[in-house]
Amino acid sequence: MKAFARLCIELGTTRSTATKVAQLVDYFRAAPAEDAALALSFFLGRRLKRAVTTTELRRWVAEAGGLPSWLIDMSYESVGDLGETLALLLPDTARIPNDSDEPMASLAVVVRDGILPLAAAPPARRKAIVFAWWNRFDSDERFVYHKLIGGSFRIGVSSGLVLRAIAALTGVDLAIVTHRLSGPFDPTPESWERLLRGESPDDAPGCLYPFCLASSLEVPPADFDRMLGPVAAWQIERKYDGIRGQLLHRGATTAVWSRGEERIDGSFPELRDLARQLPDGTVLDGEVLLVIGDTIGSFAKLQTRINAKRSAVDAGPGLFDIERAVFFAYDVLEDDGVDIRGLPLQERRGRLERIVSSVDDPMLRLSPVLRPARWEDAAAERAQSRALGVEGLMLKRLDAPYGIGRQRGRTELAIASWLKWKIDPFSIDAVVIAAEAGHGRRANLLTDYTFGLWRGEELITIAKAYSGLTDEEIAMVDRQLRGTTHTKRGPVRFVDPTLVFELGFEGLQRSKRHKSGIALRFPRILRWRTDKKPADADSLSTLEALLAQTYG
Amino acid sequence: MLITTPSGLFCPDGGFHVDPWGAADLAIITHAHADHARFGARRYLTAGPGRLILAHRLAGQTIESLAYGESRPIGGVTVSLHPAGHVLGSAQVRIERAGEVWVVSGDYKVEADGVCEPFAPVRCHRFISECTFGLPIYRWQPQAIVAGEINSWWRSCRERARTAVLGVYSLGKAQRVLSMLQGDDAPILVHGAVAPIVELHRAAGVRLPPTLPATKENAAAFRGRAFVLAPPSALASPVSTSPKLRSHGLASGWMRVRGTRRRSGIDRGFVLSDHADWPGLLAAIDATGCAEVGLTHGFVDPLRRWFDERGMPTTVYQTKFTGEDAEGGAEAGAAAPAEGST
Repeated sequence: MKAFARLCIELGTTRSTATKVAQLVDYFRAAPAEDAALALSFFLGRRLKRAVTTTELRRWVAEAGGLPSWLIDMSYESVGDLGETLALLLPDTARIPNDSDEPMASLAVVVRDGILPLAAAPPARRKAIVFAWWNRFDSDERFVYHKLIGGSFRIGVSSGLVLRAIAALTGVDLAIVTHRLSGPFDPTPESWERLLRGESPDDAPGCLYPFCLASSLEVPPADFDRMLGPVAAWQIERKYDGIRGQLLHRGATTAVWSRGEERIDGSFPELRDLARQLPDGTVLDGEVLLVIGDTIGSFAKLQTRINAKRSAVDAGPGLFDIERAVFFAYDVLEDDGVDIRGLPLQERRGRLERIVSSVDDPMLRLSPVLRPARWEDAAAERAQSRALGVEGLMLKRLDAPYGIGRQRGRTELAIASWLKWKIDPFSIDAVVIAAEAGHGRRANLLTDYTFGLWRGEELITIAKAYSGLTDEEIAMVDRQLRGTTHTKRGPVRFVDPTLVFELGFEGLQRSKRHKSGIALRFPRILRWRTDKKPADADSLSTLEALLAQTYG
Repeated sequence: MLITTPSGLFCPDGGFHVDPWGAADLAIITHAHADHARFGARRYLTAGPGRLILAHRLAGQTIESLAYGESRPIGGVTVSLHPAGHVLGSAQVRIERAGEVWVVSGDYKVEADGVCEPFAPVRCHRFISECTFGLPIYRWQPQAIVAGEINSWWRSCRERARTAVLGVYSLGKAQRVLSMLQGDDAPILVHGAVAPIVELHRAAGVRLPPTLPATKENAAAFRGRAFVLAPPSALASPVSTSPKLRSHGLASGWMRVRGTRRRSGIDRGFVLSDHADWPGLLAAIDATGCAEVGLTHGFVDPLRRWFDERGMPTTVYQTKFTGEDAEGGAEAGAAAPAEGST
């Protein structure tokens, strides 16, 4: 546990990704198989069920440290991470330095004896278990323990880095490691050892392929010919505002995976039925969209659908009948049981078209390919995006294989094989009316801002956005906000209007939940308008006008 | 006995300020850190062991000194200075008028650091305490443990052929760390802002290991072996070479919190402060036997509420002191108002 805790602390404080990978490799190399398997599953996003509520935990820490609850709240406000705050507040039991990594208890033992029994234990027993482990732990171990028992284990490391570490450790190609670990990983010493031996898990027929992700196109249109070459070298499609997914049929197994590597069959039973119609040994990549008649439904409707789950289906006709999910297929990754990601897109597209026509179901559609003659024509197509309810264009190099993960050009001139050419976001100038401190790395600094737009003399809340500013700007803004605070309510500071920011957002819609009556989609800070005074900011009527122009 | 004025804490009966940041006739200076010792007074008075350091910081000023414990009548009050344990020459200011005693703590820590005179509690009616680390999340390890951590970091840097570069205050923290270093005769380089203050410590009889100036040449000659002490603002200077050849550390109380360590963009954070931690603040205030507590700069709110709940009257004094800057070095003078002081 000590080694695991130290690793988590180091990963959470280093910014260098190379260092993080090295630290992971060191840990995995030294850890016993049962610990390594558990650690890997946690890093890949496995959550233990929350066994102790934060209220309980706070109360116990108050008791152990002789502290009033308000002091715990003030400390949390300053640290920004509850598990860490509580670990810092607990009194030391022993002040004996212990430099050895000799674990007092392995991670596996902690999970088995100190975490899993909590869920079923009566409150008094739960408390006794937690206190007993606190006494065995140092501050770092307590911090990680709090994360694990709170069901909120998240450490500053992406699954991509973890996969790189496993690839480095096993000498297996990253693409293969990614594929093998893309399904749920069973955290047993056996699966860990199988992974180390480089054997393929044959018990995962529902396993998806890692998604090829597009990079943003950051080349000015004037340079397209020079940088991208002729438009004919690219397959150009619309960029849909749906759920990226993989549709899979292998033997008796069908699955629908989302980009977040979650099974979404439950929300889209009709897609699971659709997958069954695919030829055996087929995996398609595409976009899940809702269609009402001939119109593509908005992303908001898709979200409602994801949350509706099966209960709505059982309830009879309704949501699931009027709005049908369709799968806009744009790539095929496995054909007739063979991984064909290495084939050029041109060839994969041909196979995709054959598969789609053989299935012949209106729910399975080909993502249409646009055939502009020149880049100027492509730009004209892109200009249609907002009216069509799409996000822009996708450019995919016809001669390229299916890539893994985010496609980045290595040098300025190297262009990724998948590019997204999105339409410019909407933007408005809004005034900061309240602020809160961030969490984790930004604890202590005011980085979460609430923005308002004018309605007459009043600023109406329109959005919250995290800072998209540089560290230097954050420090300046932080100082100014502290100096202009007029009211504090818990962690929230209400400030006099002095700061104007340009906010970007992807879309907007009517909302009854917001006082403004409008909800923004993906609001974010584009830049600090130091040139503008609060009076120069936009008013709500600007948004009303935008709303009127936008599709429903 | 003391009031806040635009220039800072002022004693009307004695006609002097304590650590003023504006114009003053007589300034009593608790210690020579930049947020406490500023130009603008006609005359300065400070504790004997700190006189030369103050003279180094405030060149050309008239500076008198008092030995620790020596009383001097000033106007209608009697003033004496007592060790605060913060840095060499740091003092608490004791002010007595007609049997009533107030003490201004200045910045202080309660653990003896082996470099400066340790903190000495002074009985008083009102104790005006700093609150830099006034939250119970701030608790320090004994100095010997932190020394062990710093030395083992240096050792591992040498094993990996990296120069260890530690960001520290040039006054106080630098000499304290220096006194802890054990590097089997590997060279210790000190930045130009640190070197003269190291010499002033040696002149005052503080035993410190030999040091070399952190010049480009020395940094190159001892690359992969040396320990470099530099103010945090100078971490990117010539001694730092390429990121692959060095490891950056910071020594500060704020390093106790993960988010702060991460935000500093360093490789290693050491929790080492010249301020009192939470238990230290409570113990120091208790030891004065005071009937009233004054609170200033830092996490004022938690301490105020803590004493409110215990029926101890509190007064908050607004000051412009910064305590210990979150990045580990508020050397540059005016900085943001500290958390909790608003």
